[in-house]
Amino acid sequence: MIRFDQVSKRYAEGTEALSRVSFELADGDMAFLTGHSGAGKSTLLKLIMLMERASQGQVFVLGANLNRLSRRQIPRLRSNVGVVFQNHQLLFDRTVYDNVALPLTISGYQAREVGRRVRAALSKVGLSGKEKKYPITLSGGEQQRVGIARAVVNKPPLLLADEPTGNLDPDLSREIMELFDQFNQVGVTVLVASHDLDLVQSMARRRFDLNEGRIEEVPVADTDLQAH
Amino acid sequence: MAAGASVRSRRLLDRGRAWLGHHRTVARESLATLLRNWLTSTMTWLAIGIALALPAILYLILVNVGNVSGEWEGKPRITLYLEDNVSSVDGKAFAKEIEDRETVESTHYVSAEEALDEFKALSGFGEVVDSLDDNPLPAVIIVAPAVSEPARLKLIIAALEDENHVTSASMDLKWIERLYAIIGFGQRLVAALGAFLALGVLLIIGNTIRLAIENRRDEIEVVKLVGGTDAFVRRPFLYLGLWYGLGGAIIAWLLVQISLMFLAAPVQRLVQSYGNQFSISGLGVTESLVLWTGGSILGVLGALLAVSRHLHEIEPH
Repeated sequence: MIRFDQVSKRYAEGTEALSRVSFELADGDMAFLTGHSGAGKSTLLKLIMLMERASQGQVFVLGANLNRLSRRQIPRLRSNVGVVFQNHQLLFDRTVYDNVALPLTISGYQAREVGRRVRAALSKVGLSGKEKKYPITLSGGEQQRVGIARAVVNKPPLLLADEPTGNLDPDLSREIMELFDQFNQVGVTVLVASHDLDLVQSMARRRFDLNEGRIEEVPVADTDLQAH
Repeated sequence: MAAGASVRSRRLLDRGRAWLGHHRTVARESLATLLRNWLTSTMTWLAIGIALALPAILYLILVNVGNVSGEWEGKPRITLYLEDNVSSVDGKAFAKEIEDRETVESTHYVSAEEALDEFKALSGFGEVVDSLDDNPLPAVIIVAPAVSEPARLKLIIAALEDENHVTSASMDLKWIERLYAIIGFGQRLVAALGAFLALGVLLIIGNTIRLAIENRRDEIEVVKLVGGTDAFVRRPFLYLGLWYGLGGAIIAWLLVQISLMFLAAPVQRLVQSYGNQFSISGLGVTESLVLWTGGSILGVLGALLAVSRHLHEIEPH
């Protein structure tokens, strides 16, 4: 599903965000990406979305070599990858319904099908009945759920999240993480970047740790030991 | 197999319908946005309208001047001076003969005596003329040609001069040539001014769309992030351009019709003072359609200009 092969990313100003990163996430797997802020978590996710391109090495996502994907092919990749951001990236002048429906409208679904899927996605994240509200009237946790509903409404095979619990209190954070867990259980491959180590460890999933641009997989047993 | 094909074609049909539906939605939403901010929209519409109205009005002036010169009673008149030995019977017969030609509309025979009487009456030299022994004036035929183009008139005059009874033929071609030159100049002026102002409209719309793109930067980033294609991102802005262009063209149309109403009365008086019947012609159905379509096309082109320059710069980060 995702494979990084000796990937480095240097920014124009000379900082190396990722160096020789290699890892693989199989179909239907779920993993966390941990590390301090600035360790390269966001850069890694951006490479998967082709918001950035690798300076060196190869990135494979959903069977495609991203180095070979042209600008015109990017939308196709992105419509197969759901993303959730810390700052939600919602449209505040649109209703919850319109926000969640956006990926479906782009993919060319008919209005009736859009309505069915939007309601299903909102019910999945526990926001039934909030279709007509504007995001600004919702709490932080609810806004994040709108973002998640938008990310999964298209039923993408791959779901990414960048610090999805960044602004939320522990209880809400746990609920959000459990949502990702549920999506994974129905077959979606999930990769979540988070600096909340306690929460990540309590989820007992695969974990990759990024430190100054270098990646290292932390065995599950180890994280369990650290947690207890 | 057949079932699979029909499912696939239905999916294609669904997609087509969804695509059309999205166009309708975007068209409606972009128009609603313009109407919601009606004050700024009206400013832009007025600017476009004035820029489009100027060449349209000039064009109409040209069309009307052409009409006036076509129906002018003082159309070009060719004067044929006949030889002295031509009797009035022969002269009248000759006039009749010329009148039957295709290039000639009508003729009028003036005998030497009539010519002298007219001269006495109009010139004020009556007594001087009375003191003359002989009538110095020849008989003339006034020919109204059926054409008014200077080049063809010259040919007609040359042909008439070669006739047996005719000593010479004359006409004041100058004023017709001048009128045609002025109309030709006017046509060029309308074309040049039209091109300049069309460019102006393009830039007005391009700039307005650029601001709209800038205002919706966040939205564009989100749409691109969830897989929006370039065409999808472009669509609302192209419709915005269409509405600006069409709205501007409608304002231009109104401005032209109002200006004509404003001008109609004095023009009527002016023409009547020359003893002519003339009604000013406004924008016909075809011309109105050309104005509206042209405005819409300019709008979409202006939007394309802005979109192609600025949309690539906006990427999610």
